Amino acid sequence: MNDNINISLTVNGQKISRNVAARTNLVDFVRYELELTGSHVGCEHGVCGACTIRVDGSIVRGCLMLAAQADGSKVETIEGLSDSNEITDLQNEFHNSNALQCGFCTPGFLLTAQELLENNPSPSRNEIREFISGNYCRCTGYQAIVDAIEKVAKKRNN
Amino acid sequence: MKSPPFSYIRAESLEQAFDLIDQYGEEARILAGGQSLMATLNMRLSTPKILIDINKIGGMDQIKLDNDKIVVGALARHTKVANSSDIKKYAPLVSKALPHIAHQAIRNRGTFGGSIAFADPAAELPAVSLALEASFVLQSRNGIRTLPAKDFFLGLFDTALKKDEIIIAIEIPIIKDDENYSFMELSRRQGDYAIIGIAAQGNIKSGIFSNMRLAYFGAGDRPLIAQNAINILEGERHTAEVIKAVEESLSLDLDPMDDLNGPASMKMHLARVITSRTLAEISA
Repeated sequence: MNDNINISLTVNGQKISRNVAARTNLVDFVRYELELTGSHVGCEHGVCGACTIRVDGSIVRGCLMLAAQADGSKVETIEGLSDSNEITDLQNEFHNSNALQCGFCTPGFLLTAQELLENNPSPSRNEIREFISGNYCRCTGYQAIVDAIEKVAKKRNN
Repeated sequence: MKSPPFSYIRAESLEQAFDLIDQYGEEARILAGGQSLMATLNMRLSTPKILIDINKIGGMDQIKLDNDKIVVGALARHTKVANSSDIKKYAPLVSKALPHIAHQAIRNRGTFGGSIAFADPAAELPAVSLALEASFVLQSRNGIRTLPAKDFFLGLFDTALKKDEIIIAIEIPIIKDDENYSFMELSRRQGDYAIIGIAAQGNIKSGIFSNMRLAYFGAGDRPLIAQNAINILEGERHTAEVIKAVEESLSLDLDPMDDLNGPASMKMHLARVITSRTLAEISA
């Protein structure tokens, strides 16, 4: 039995090796082990989307994947996407459109919005709502969030 | 909440997974996509001693056409199935159901086989499998057996899967030229578990129903086939009288439970509503 696992992975472009407890989930690993606290922990059972992290190019629930399962993977968090300027336009537009209030949900929304725009560069408002349906905003800012994503889609297409 | 402590082993092959199942028995749980298991661990509803991770077993996520059926590897993730052109063409009911399964981040991890093995009565794919007359390929150290979906779901989270077996694939008969299908689900939020839902497929030739399969989820302790309704439809046209008879018969087939969404009587009402909409769509 392995209560602790050795893992090697890439996080935001940096190679990392650690020994983790088997039960450590991915979002707790990046927050507590790597001190990347931009990914948030909300419901811890896959409902709220605050813990959204990108693994091998696709968003996942950081609370529903073990750190041990990310062994050998390429992991990207809001810090990585921020630093690489990949989502600067989304971040600016969320700001300009008042698409955040307390900001707790925002990293999750940004990663989700980025995956939507990669898959579907010209989403309708309904498609945007459907795609972000797995992310909760408790400041009830959905209208402004949809506005911001729609504006960025239009700008990227120009 | 955080999950209780457990151990973890990654199986590199089915052989190794069977060895580990032998070794740890009741203390072990198989970890596929983990999108339900991890949540139950975090809520401490489940306390296995060890997780056997099968995600890295090679070749179990393929989607292949095999004569008159399409074979989906148990580890095919929902997003992969959703993007498969073969699935769209040969099993369009699956394509129609997939966007209703949770949310993108969960579909990126969750697997077809995991959803079948977990057998949540409100989940989409178990009911879809019934409507498609799919079969599940179950492997153990002793060999492989193939079980029709209708013989697989036994009760609440209870299936015919034996403790030493792993689902390795789902076999779906490809849709026939004269078949039509429909899928409807009512939920509070896009992607949430269904209040009630229906997956339907069958023959509709010259306006006459035959060999219809109406499968429901959120309608009882397991996905349910509405056999009385199906019998009424056989050989009939889409008329107000037939639809009324079908709606009335649903109380014989379905057994919804009261839950946070509302009372059983409301679900039965909603089942009738989506049934008539579904049959209208299929016969249109």
